[in-house]
Amino acid sequence: MSRPEEIAPPEFFYNDQEAKKYTASTRVQHIQAKMTLRSLELLNLDPDIPQLILDVGCGSGLSGEILTEEGHTWIGMDISADMLATALDRDVEGDLFLADMGSGVPFRPGTFDAAISISAIQWLCNADTHSNEPKVRLTRFFNTLYGALKRGGKFVGQFYPANEDQIIQITGAAKVAGFQCGVVIDDPESKKNKKHYLVLQAGTSDRPL
Amino acid sequence: MKFLTTNFVKCAVKSCDASEKSFPLKYEECQLQSEEQEFNPAFIVSMLDRIDWDALVSVAADLGNRSIPAEKPENIEQNEALLRELHSLLLETQIVEGKMMCQNCGHIYYIKDSIPNFLLPPHLAN
Ligand SMILES: [Zn+2]
Repeated sequence: MSRPEEIAPPEFFYNDQEAKKYTASTRVQHIQAKMTLRSLELLNLDPDIPQLILDVGCGSGLSGEILTEEGHTWIGMDISADMLATALDRDVEGDLFLADMGSGVPFRPGTFDAAISISAIQWLCNADTHSNEPKVRLTRFFNTLYGALKRGGKFVGQFYPANEDQIIQITGAAKVAGFQCGVVIDDPESKKNKKHYLVLQAGTSDRPL
Repeated sequence: MKFLTTNFVKCAVKSCDASEKSFPLKYEECQLQSEEQEFNPAFIVSMLDRIDWDALVSVAADLGNRSIPAEKPENIEQNEALLRELHSLLLETQIVEGKMMCQNCGHIYYIKDSIPNFLLPPHLAN
């Protein structure tokens, strides 16, 4: 099976039909839920304070629903109008933005307590057109994400790197933006279940990383 | 889009990053809807710390609400009536259709079906 990143840009790949198919698949739902819970675990948020969270590449709101269940308020952004339409149909609680993460996170400094992203940021490494230079898009994304998080705020993003080089590109851009940066790999020995999580922190916090 | 979000969202155009005029956006021709939400006083209190009160007052005025006090209220933890008012304004007031304009570059972002469109034309992206 080829990677969706190699077929077409996300706003074309996740058209109406694909968006519904993706969202209705119980296998997808199960995996997305598991990865969202794992991301929350890595975020290690203060459980006593309800938080405002950004969901980058929120899709049809599968991850957002878990944020809601955990008592958080969220804002999601996604480049696929069809995915967002599916989210609206499913009556998710979060606000939805039709936006390209590669042109930046359009929120003022210190807006979010934390941010998550499930299965999305590898798209930043794709050059669909001449203007879509991955380096420019990665830089724009991480610089604006850094700004939109409160000081000490964390980002955890599960992603599917096509190769080692993409991990280097992504972590490199995150570090240049000022983040403390690490990559957690779950089930590293399993080809099928291996999962990468980019863990970033914007400045220092009194909560452990 | 919840009223709360107007207090955070700014113009996405890179050349507007450094401009103070890229926040808040100017709201025009907006249709509002009220949608009931669970009352969570702890969340309102934690949001109030990061709310830009001047922006809240000016966006409320854009939307036809001129009854917001000019100063941010203090010690609201014990003031349940005020917490409920803020809850209703920030979380239950939804903008379902409308325009948001950047007061620096003039770019207009449209809200349709509650979803703001922040996709930039190629000459403004990056
Ligand atoms: Zn602007």
